[in-house]
Amino acid sequence: MDLDIHVLHYLVVSTIMLVCGIFGFFTRKNMLATLISVELVLNATNINFAVFNRYLFPGQFEGHFFALFGIAIAAAETAVAIAIIINVYRNIKKIMTDDVTDMNG
Amino acid sequence: MEVNLQEIVFYVVAIVVAVCSALAVSTGRILRAATYLLFVLFGTAAIYIILGYTFLGAVQLMVYAGGIVVLYVFSILLTRSDKDMKYKISKPKLVSVLLTTLVGAALILFLVFTNGFVLNSIPQAGELGVKEIGMALIGGDKYEYVLPFELLSVLLLACMIGGVLIARKR
Repeated sequence: MDLDIHVLHYLVVSTIMLVCGIFGFFTRKNMLATLISVELVLNATNINFAVFNRYLFPGQFEGHFFALFGIAIAAAETAVAIAIIINVYRNIKKIMTDDVTDMNG
Repeated sequence: MEVNLQEIVFYVVAIVVAVCSALAVSTGRILRAATYLLFVLFGTAAIYIILGYTFLGAVQLMVYAGGIVVLYVFSILLTRSDKDMKYKISKPKLVSVLLTTLVGAALILFLVFTNGFVLNSIPQAGELGVKEIGMALIGGDKYEYVLPFELLSVLLLACMIGGVLIARKR
């Protein structure tokens, strides 16, 4: 039995997710909310890797493993970013992007 | 045309993912944004499982839904950032951002739809087994991934040390 879902439907879902992430990255002022938007972008790319692997090269695993490594790297990136944000909050008690301007030069 | 169960599941998951990702970037409360992100991550795991990558779906559930969202919720509560959410960007900036993202979406959808994918079904029995994944993950031949695997362990160690160093009390 085959699963009859066109590959475009997956790609439309991941496109919606990607565009929402980019929109949130531009509009949010809170650094944690910006990071949540970045997570959406990363998830959209991971879905694309898995879908292209499954539909275009079903005998190979490259996209699968790239998505796997992408998840791990996203976890590392989030941990470091949250550590930085908590340190910024400890120093200036604010985590708005407009308040963190010391490295503007 | 008959509609089978997997298609219904896929379209329900797709609608949930689309709506929740739109809500996650537009809601006014950051804790709600984190909750909508959790639902988007659940939907992503469901898409992986529909594709037959059950291991990837399990990793997604464990790492993202189990680890990262908890980290987000803790840091939201620690930084008391809910009051910061009421500062919005200005109206002309919002219009230009909306225009930019809509043009970007139109470009991506144009490229996707004119690419000419004709693939519309996958064999449903082809679930990727854990043994194959494990052998490919620790093998050193072509199309096997022991080097990225070890590199990733070094990266995670470095990130752990970096996180402790950055966030410790002086």
